[in-house]
Amino acid sequence: MRKLLIQGLIRRPLTEPAPSDAEIALVELADRVEQAARVRLGRSLAIRHVDAGSCNACELELHALGNAYYDLERFGLKFVASPRHADVLLVTGPVTQNMREALERTYDAMPAPKWVIAAGACASDGGIFRDSYACCGGVAAVLPVNLHISGCPPSPSNLLNGLLALMGKSVRIAP
Amino acid sequence: MSGNRPWQRRAVDAAEWLVLAEQLAEGRWVLSGLWGEAAAVHMALLDMGRGELTVASLACPTARFPSIARHHPPAHRLERAIRDLFGFDPIGGPDARPWLDHGCWPVRHPLGVPSEAAGDGESYAFLAAEGEGLHQIPVGPVHAGIIEPGHFRFTANGETIVRLEERLGYTHKGSESLMAGTALDRAARLAARLSGDSTVACSMAFARAAEAALGIEVPARAHWLRALMAELERIANHLGDFGAVCNDASFALLHAHNGVLREQVLRQSDACFGHRLMMDRIVPGGVTTDLDPAGTAAIRSLVRGIRDVFPRLVELYDGTASLQDRTVGTGTLSHALARQYGCGGFIGRASGRSFDARRDLAYPPYGTLTFDVPVLQEGDVNARVWIRIREVEQSLRMIDQLLEEMPSGATAAPIAGAGEAREGLAMVEGFRGDLLCWISLDEAGMVKRCHLRDPSWFQWPLLEAAIEGNIVADFPLCNKSFNCSYSGHDL
Repeated sequence: MRKLLIQGLIRRPLTEPAPSDAEIALVELADRVEQAARVRLGRSLAIRHVDAGSCNACELELHALGNAYYDLERFGLKFVASPRHADVLLVTGPVTQNMREALERTYDAMPAPKWVIAAGACASDGGIFRDSYACCGGVAAVLPVNLHISGCPPSPSNLLNGLLALMGKSVRIAP
Repeated sequence: MSGNRPWQRRAVDAAEWLVLAEQLAEGRWVLSGLWGEAAAVHMALLDMGRGELTVASLACPTARFPSIARHHPPAHRLERAIRDLFGFDPIGGPDARPWLDHGCWPVRHPLGVPSEAAGDGESYAFLAAEGEGLHQIPVGPVHAGIIEPGHFRFTANGETIVRLEERLGYTHKGSESLMAGTALDRAARLAARLSGDSTVACSMAFARAAEAALGIEVPARAHWLRALMAELERIANHLGDFGAVCNDASFALLHAHNGVLREQVLRQSDACFGHRLMMDRIVPGGVTTDLDPAGTAAIRSLVRGIRDVFPRLVELYDGTASLQDRTVGTGTLSHALARQYGCGGFIGRASGRSFDARRDLAYPPYGTLTFDVPVLQEGDVNARVWIRIREVEQSLRMIDQLLEEMPSGATAAPIAGAGEAREGLAMVEGFRGDLLCWISLDEAGMVKRCHLRDPSWFQWPLLEAAIEGNIVADFPLCNKSFNCSYSGHDL
């Protein structure tokens, strides 16, 4: 273990530089994220994730955000366990009928101000499952959505760009 | 009955159906699938010794069929799913509660004779555990991390779990109803999204079933590329799971290092095949993306990189007593249950069940590759970690051979309708275990009915057994060591 730890100290970090403003600006951004609210949040955003029936590919890429290459927490973004601690509800999946109530309850449990991100093709509009009897057809059918992140599944870079766009600030981290 | 390629499908009557149920209970067959169709139920039986599958079909004109679960418990949840989706009643079935249908759909029996439903939800009666000092802990469907949704109802005596009951179905998307009546390419995209972590395996099972039905010869290079993708997927998932199990025992260092290796595999997959998870890369007829010489060199370099780092991570796992203290002897699954449930993948192989569709069914190109199928006897979390470690090593060995012996030529064969109704069956080994796909096509080559059976169907029930007598705090560890798919199970 000692060897692994020492190597970790002397090697250059794997973490990659933050995406540029241009990349972040490419992301479609909802209009209701007010500057004032952003100021109140400071440089941190607590995210509560709910899988509303995804195929689990989106979850794999959300997990990847935590690895050494993306290192989500350096931006002040972190996933939290309780909706009571969350500013953002990040939803994946087409919102199955069986998950609808759980999703609504999670949203209701969050304190205001709060935002909703629909991540991935299914969450955006139901995707390939849109016409199913078992699906509501995307997050917007159930909750007000502030930001859509596209992709099937969205890559970690896409997710990161979307989250930083929501923070509405340019982040400069020395590589 | 003709057409259920490459294996036989036999129409049976109720008496023969019951004989088969008894033979299942005696262990003559492994139950490999049980699913409904418009007016029949089908049961796939695996002969492990011969590596052959047989399908038995029972017509259900009265919307009833003799329960298999009454004789053979692994059929339990499959029968409840058939009742929810088709409205067929298993006669003498041990559990009348719904399974996938939570009373939220606007329709009842969506795949059978549909009728309107209120869709305002139904309460669910969990099984009782009674005794002095017992308390219940309800968990989910929304969990504390980035996890799929499911509900776990623990009954505990102090810290010790007396009973765990799972309630699943939250991610039911109606995949099978969406597949019905569509063209092969759209159904293939739905199959690829049955369980995202196994998208390569799901696509391969679907493609192989469709190709078997239509009698299509896939070019050799496509077989090799498919196997290459399947082994990359297996390595990525095993690395992720190895790290995640350690993380659930609060050993973050291994999680971080495995996460780096996993990311390298995904990036290389993206560079070579154009998608990090290689989704939609395997289609009926072949593959959509060829591998160029630069890609071959890059994968060789990836393999070298993993071989360089991975042994040190394994050594760290093996040499850290505080970590072993959590994994050794935790969540033990008995051999008898693994065998009875036909439990596939690392869970079965960690509990003495030596089955691997790559070896035992030897579908191409695995029949020409040299590899071992690791088996352990202990059945605990530690054994499931070690099977994954050994399988990473074997997959690297297979990738060497696949790259070395990759045939040249076309990567896909044209898809042509057979001009008649056809059926096909396929089983492939995903990272989680054996995946079954049955497909029925009409004269025009459209999908009439497709059923994909995820390995998790026969693994989820065993988690309930493995956790008994463990402490509540070890549940995440046990659950991660099983890593069953919610989406794959919920359909």
